[in-house]
Amino acid sequence: MGSSEFFGLATIGYIVAMMFYITYLVIKNKTIGIIGTTITVASFVSHTAAFILRWVESYQLGMGRAPLTNLFESLTFFVWCLILGYLIIEITYKTRSFGAFITPIAGMALGFIELSGISKDIEPLMPALQSNWLLAHVMMSFISYSAFALSFATAMMYLILKTKDKKEPFYIFWILACGMFFIVLAGMAIDFIQFKLITKTSGELITNFLFKATFRAESPFVVITSWLVSIIFILGLWQYGYILRNTIEYFKISEKVLEDLTYKTITIGFPIFTLGGLIFGAVWADQAWGVYWSWDPKETWSLITWLIYAFFLHTRYIAGWRGNRIAAVAVSGFIAVIFTYLGVNLFLSGLHSYGGMK
Amino acid sequence: MIQLGHIASVIGLVTGAFLINIPLGYAREKSKKYSLKWFVLIHLSIPFMIAARLFLHVEFKYVPFIIIGAICGQFSSKVGDKLFKFFSSVKLAAVLIAVIAFTSIIGTIIEQNGDPQNNLKLIERIFGISSAPNIYSIFYSLGFMDMYHSIWFIAILVLFCLNLIICSLDRLPRISKIVNEPLSPLKSGAASKFSIHKELNLKGNIENYRGKIEIFFKKLGFYPIEAASDIETQFYAQKGAFTRYGIYVTHLSIIIILIGSVIGVFFGFDGFLNLPEGEVSDVAFHKNGSGEQKLGFSIRCDDFNVEFYKDTDRPMRYISWLTILKYNKEVKKQVIEVNTPLKYEGYTFYQANYGPMPPGKGVIVLRVTPNGEAEEILKLKVGESFNLAGTNLTATVVQFAPALAFDKDWKPFNYTEMMNNPAVFVVFKEKEETKLSWWVQKRYNKTWEIPGGHKIELIDNWGGQYTGLQVRKDPGVWLVYLGFMLMVIGLFFAMFTSHKKMWVIMSSEKGRVIINIAASANKNRTAFEEKIDNLSKLLS
Repeated sequence: MGSSEFFGLATIGYIVAMMFYITYLVIKNKTIGIIGTTITVASFVSHTAAFILRWVESYQLGMGRAPLTNLFESLTFFVWCLILGYLIIEITYKTRSFGAFITPIAGMALGFIELSGISKDIEPLMPALQSNWLLAHVMMSFISYSAFALSFATAMMYLILKTKDKKEPFYIFWILACGMFFIVLAGMAIDFIQFKLITKTSGELITNFLFKATFRAESPFVVITSWLVSIIFILGLWQYGYILRNTIEYFKISEKVLEDLTYKTITIGFPIFTLGGLIFGAVWADQAWGVYWSWDPKETWSLITWLIYAFFLHTRYIAGWRGNRIAAVAVSGFIAVIFTYLGVNLFLSGLHSYGGMK
Repeated sequence: MIQLGHIASVIGLVTGAFLINIPLGYAREKSKKYSLKWFVLIHLSIPFMIAARLFLHVEFKYVPFIIIGAICGQFSSKVGDKLFKFFSSVKLAAVLIAVIAFTSIIGTIIEQNGDPQNNLKLIERIFGISSAPNIYSIFYSLGFMDMYHSIWFIAILVLFCLNLIICSLDRLPRISKIVNEPLSPLKSGAASKFSIHKELNLKGNIENYRGKIEIFFKKLGFYPIEAASDIETQFYAQKGAFTRYGIYVTHLSIIIILIGSVIGVFFGFDGFLNLPEGEVSDVAFHKNGSGEQKLGFSIRCDDFNVEFYKDTDRPMRYISWLTILKYNKEVKKQVIEVNTPLKYEGYTFYQANYGPMPPGKGVIVLRVTPNGEAEEILKLKVGESFNLAGTNLTATVVQFAPALAFDKDWKPFNYTEMMNNPAVFVVFKEKEETKLSWWVQKRYNKTWEIPGGHKIELIDNWGGQYTGLQVRKDPGVWLVYLGFMLMVIGLFFAMFTSHKKMWVIMSSEKGRVIINIAASANKNRTAFEEKIDNLSKLLS
């Protein structure tokens, strides 16, 4: 078996585990939870094997490099870190209830890989990437991204748990954030079905067809329907958001633990992001291009992300912010992370274009 | 010169009037309004100013400026106070962070220094075609097309810096007081007010526990001080007080990085040099088009080459062979690649790009091995010929192609002007009669084998390419790196260490010992509490 088979197994495993975790949250059967954990651990092992094998395979192909160089590899590494982080939380806090909130982030990342149609090939490195900084810069960036993803999940749970009034701004905030994630993913799934399964159009899916089957379709009828369905979906979420709250309440996850976890994961992610993402990135750019900072979109968005998390820490330490406000900052921080990582590659051009889709 | 000296004395006098009045104004504000003291403090500087004006021969017409200087001095403490308050507010920091983040987003959407057409199209899509040109010109005049270098963006960064400095200065005295304050024993009953508090009621007397408590402290890395009174014995210690400075080290590092980058912008050189193979230059060119800069030495490109991944057009390495010459003597030779630049006398040369020279430039280098003969290196120009040793054949290099490919009718063409697959078209003639014509391609060794057992290898078209070097001199970069290091150190202490204090108070009561443990930590309190919990089990 090669790396892609192991990775395929892991993908299926994570998605099945996600279903088990969600079922566990709904029907609260302990066996289901144990099965969820077992599948997650098995998939994680398979994923680790895939990671190592891919590294070995790159040597066999005569390229010899760490599997962290393109969008596919970095996304899978992100998932790997995220699952590892989740398993650590599950063991230290002895609760499985986070699974239903964290595995969907992994599921989304994996779904994104499939739906976007990005290349999974082991490709040779372009000269600018042939540096020892690559490993440190990319690895640390993604470790911090996954720490931020964990803080996002716990902050989201906090908001779900703490907002009771439907007219509360923070309730609307989490409904919108949550709803948007699902709408984007659903939009991509429809693109995938439309262009890959039905018409079998050639070309990379995401660069050519993103939302072409829904929001950017040629027929105005489809566009209007897409918007209507999205609005109805969000309104439905808004109406029935309390069901989620009730389930979290059932598991007796204290809001203090959630707040604590959000803070802890950010205190881990922030220094790693500063060192690996910003500083190593700057030092590398200085060596390769002779500029440690050039305001290219990726750099600028990293700075924006960094500022948001710096804002989080300062409002917490100095202004003494707690509760919903700070949780909303943590959620916004991760939205910035997603944009730094995917949005810049998809929509904006710059020095980091090799992380892109082409 | 006399004129200049005069202006200097005027400026000196105005500044002097301003400076003298700062403390006077400060004292005036403290005194009672309209009192004699108040009156004196306002007018005290006047005789001195008159004397100084006469002594320096400053004309009477400058008196209003001196008075304005004096008034500014009188009120500066008030204004300074207000400014200090304004800049020390965390709210301002939050606003500035938000403003920087938001404007930066705009800067990533509008292509910076990009093609105006692209940005115009973008604006058309957002605001509609009719209003786009107007909006574009508004954006243009606001500096959005080169936003990060516009005056207002730099002003925001300067404000942010001031805010950062003043916020830190505002807090530092308080923090240093906390850090330097020696720990004192707790008053009785104060222990229960601490966020971490444990009370143990144990058998025995105080002496039984003295040793255990010392171990308890040592296990946590504390060196306890003992204080005894008639009723109780206390052990107390603190650790990591200095870690409270961590965040200020981080703030300082940001300032240092910004100072370093400003030095780089003002005193550095940012340029490029396109150097053809075999040529020498003693200048480099400014990126912004403002001419050339003398390097103080010469640089020569001995060769440039692109290596590709096997049989593909994916570049693997860009390599330049460079030589530094000083007073016409070779002083340094280095091979550079994308991640390994050359450094010399403060200048750094980076491999940035490359390109072809106009057709016909360059010498074709061939390694010719006729059947059964020794190999020979030949350097030829297009159109030149050589004899194939051991035969009567004359070979002529008719054509050079940088990136040879064949279309479906087997017609040759160049698929790029870069040297991706350099090839030469060689025609072999015997007494004016063409025997054979052949493409020798550098990339494919099968094409090196000529019918008849001869071998011709294309080594290079030397002089046919230039290497594109990025040339930089940045006297501020070491400060930036220093800032990076300080930032990491500061963040480590700010995030992962804490200032911990602990007191253990023992008192005996009816043959039993009551031990009160009180502790605090400015960060990660729960972890500290857990440690204390675990260790306190050792006592009982």
